[in-house]
Amino acid sequence: MTAQPLLSVRGLQAWYGRAHILTGVDLAVGRGEVVALMGRNGAGKTTTMRAIMGLLDRRSGAVAFDGRDVSALPPHRIARLGLGYVPEDRRVFTDLTVEENLEVGRQPPRDGAPHWTPERLYGLFPNLAEMRGRRGGRMSGGEQQMLTLARTLMGNPSLLLLDEPSEGLAPRIVQQMADALRALKAEGLSILLSEQNLAFAAAVADRASVIEKGQIRFEGPMRTLLEDEAVRRAYLAV
Amino acid sequence: MSFYLVQFLSGLATAATLFLVSSGLTIVFGVTRIVNFAHGSFYMLGAYLGWSLVERWGSTPLGFWGAVAVAALAVGLLGALMEVGLLRRLYRSPELFQLLATFGVVLVVQDAASWIWGSEDLLGRRAPGLRGSVDILDQPFPLYDLVLIGLGPLVLGLLWLLFNRTRWGTLVRAATQDRDMASALGVDPARLFTGVLFLGSALAGLGGALQVPREAVNLHMDMAIVVEAFVVVVVGGMGSLTGAFVASLLIGQLQAFGILVFPQITLVLVFLFMAVVLVIRPYGLLGRAEDAPPTAASPGPPLIAAAGAVRWAPALLLALLAAVPLVAGDYALIVLTEVVILALLAASLHLLIGLGGLVSFGHAAYFGLGAYGAALLVKHLAAPMPLALAAAPLVAGLGALAAGWFCVRRSGLYFAMLTLAFAQIVWSVTFQWYGFTGGDNGILGVWPADWAAGKAAYFWLTLALAGGALLLLRRAAFAPFGYTLRAGRDSALRAESVGIDVRRHQWLSFALAGSAAGLAGGLYAFSKGSVFPTLMAVPVSVDALVMVLMGGIQTLSGPVVGAALFHLLETEAMSRTDWWRLVLGTIILVLVLAFPKGVAGFVRDLWTRGRDA
Repeated sequence: MTAQPLLSVRGLQAWYGRAHILTGVDLAVGRGEVVALMGRNGAGKTTTMRAIMGLLDRRSGAVAFDGRDVSALPPHRIARLGLGYVPEDRRVFTDLTVEENLEVGRQPPRDGAPHWTPERLYGLFPNLAEMRGRRGGRMSGGEQQMLTLARTLMGNPSLLLLDEPSEGLAPRIVQQMADALRALKAEGLSILLSEQNLAFAAAVADRASVIEKGQIRFEGPMRTLLEDEAVRRAYLAV
Repeated sequence: MSFYLVQFLSGLATAATLFLVSSGLTIVFGVTRIVNFAHGSFYMLGAYLGWSLVERWGSTPLGFWGAVAVAALAVGLLGALMEVGLLRRLYRSPELFQLLATFGVVLVVQDAASWIWGSEDLLGRRAPGLRGSVDILDQPFPLYDLVLIGLGPLVLGLLWLLFNRTRWGTLVRAATQDRDMASALGVDPARLFTGVLFLGSALAGLGGALQVPREAVNLHMDMAIVVEAFVVVVVGGMGSLTGAFVASLLIGQLQAFGILVFPQITLVLVFLFMAVVLVIRPYGLLGRAEDAPPTAASPGPPLIAAAGAVRWAPALLLALLAAVPLVAGDYALIVLTEVVILALLAASLHLLIGLGGLVSFGHAAYFGLGAYGAALLVKHLAAPMPLALAAAPLVAGLGALAAGWFCVRRSGLYFAMLTLAFAQIVWSVTFQWYGFTGGDNGILGVWPADWAAGKAAYFWLTLALAGGALLLLRRAAFAPFGYTLRAGRDSALRAESVGIDVRRHQWLSFALAGSAAGLAGGLYAFSKGSVFPTLMAVPVSVDALVMVLMGGIQTLSGPVVGAALFHLLETEAMSRTDWWRLVLGTIILVLVLAFPKGVAGFVRDLWTRGRDA
């Protein structure tokens, strides 16, 4: 990890209406690093991602991306700085074709981040290449998940916020997804991914942060988490 | 035969204008989810601006078409301005507040247009080079209308290209579907929306400017067109441009031939058509379920029955009001009587909107049915006042029971449009059935019985009856009936899964709200001594809506506060200035921007915040 992390989150708090969901989250993702944000259902993983992205009405705390304070920016400004967000619920634009979905995500090339074109993405996700003209609403869950990821990559992000990429996918697709993420990592992309699936996280992540009740309870190398059964039982076991 | 062909062609020309205006409306609605009442005002402004520019430049074809284009662009800029200055601040407010805001714009534009162009009808110059007519099977047909007929499909084609073949169009379609996701991908929704408002308003302005050679420009164009455009959008299916095109064609023909076949019910025909379409095809001709707007009323915080000293506030208010005749003069009593009646009207509408989540655009129908029910009994059967007053809620309740059966089968904007359709049907029947209702001459001589003839006596009577009805409505809100209504509003699916027949409760609430409005109407008839079809026309429905929204839909006191505020403001502004619409519209805009939760909601927030602190 270099001296200054690409993404640094300090004391992040967030609310849904009156419900206080995050009570103080600290996170850091270094350049080229893959960090897994682990935790049970309702622990605050999705809220953390949405809060970083500026998608919540009420949040407080410090979020710095690439040395810039982004805690008060609207989502589109954050996205244009190179922070790519892939939501868990695969919000593809169902009325738009695969090509049009990619077009929505397109942004100018960015220094220090891999540059993506539809053709390159079709290489990474061969399934999508076969259905360029198909509407998002007529794709399977796995295909939609690939499209959501590809769509975000069209913005040439330097950091991906990836919310539960393996959720609800068939094992074969999960394997493809893990391969894709390793390929992205090899391109130099930094990734913060939220996961409940320990095996999947272990396959791609360097470090892990475990969240429970809106706070980070464990932070360390992935290997340590794998070996520390007490932490796993306390915060991850269902 | 040739006569029918010409009639068909003139139907097509009408359809072209309708399509221009309604395509703009459907685009704006699709993206912003705002029911933009001001769309008709932009059409009217397009006509006025077009008239002025055509007077100046319109002697040559280039000048004429340049004038039309400049008018459309100028109106587009005004639309963009409205987005930046007003709507942008309200995207996070309840959708109804956005509607209220656009209604404020309608009022302001009305007076602004009247100030600039006067209230006389303006006749424009005809298009140079297109003044003549062509013979079609020996029947003359205006050349200009032929151009309009061609313009409809041309605009449809251009819009299709814009939305399907450009990046801007793709982004708009994406943001239409999922605003948050688009912004998380780096798309600035605000800028996109400004552009959409520009486009939509420019289309309205174009439609207006193109009318200059065809018809007189006047101050009534705005409401007339916006209601028709809503019908087109709903019949075609929300958000569907092709649907709007098809619906425009059908409604254009309906108007062209309806006048030949059913001259007696021309006014009803369009609304009857819409009602039939909605009953058969719930989402319009080409609409899809997923494009349907969500229920307009968003779930609010739970209603809390007032506790402690506040609990006695209504009783105290009643006592205070009852004492007013001891000190006030006749004029004040007349105004106050009206306030009490309107409070009941607003509260009855609030039962639907606030508790049921059902936004009615046609609540005036039941106010009018009550008023006419009472007045007709007096006129035809010489019924005494108590009997007539008792009949008012009955007649209106039965009317609401019948209309409600259809309306509650749909939700959201479709429900609103069905209520509007029924209100327009009731209004047109009243308006056109001279033999029974007196048509637009109304019914005169509906005076109270001798014992209630004094202003004070009638005020007390009104206070007793309306107050009683208000307490009943409040009781219903906190009864299990009210809980089930709110459950159905917040999640119809979950309510149904625990065994609640949501539709039946909505139907009952519709009838209850209708009969309460009917009582208000009956009281109103006797307070004025006369009834007119205007009582059940669109502006009254809109007024009632404004009262509810001004007060805020999240409290039971809201509609009462809103009615008082609205009526006093209106009366005060009307007595002091000719520009009362401008004043009222401005006040609405300021209120909406300052109190996005309504006045009563704002006060309650202050109250709870004060206690929390």
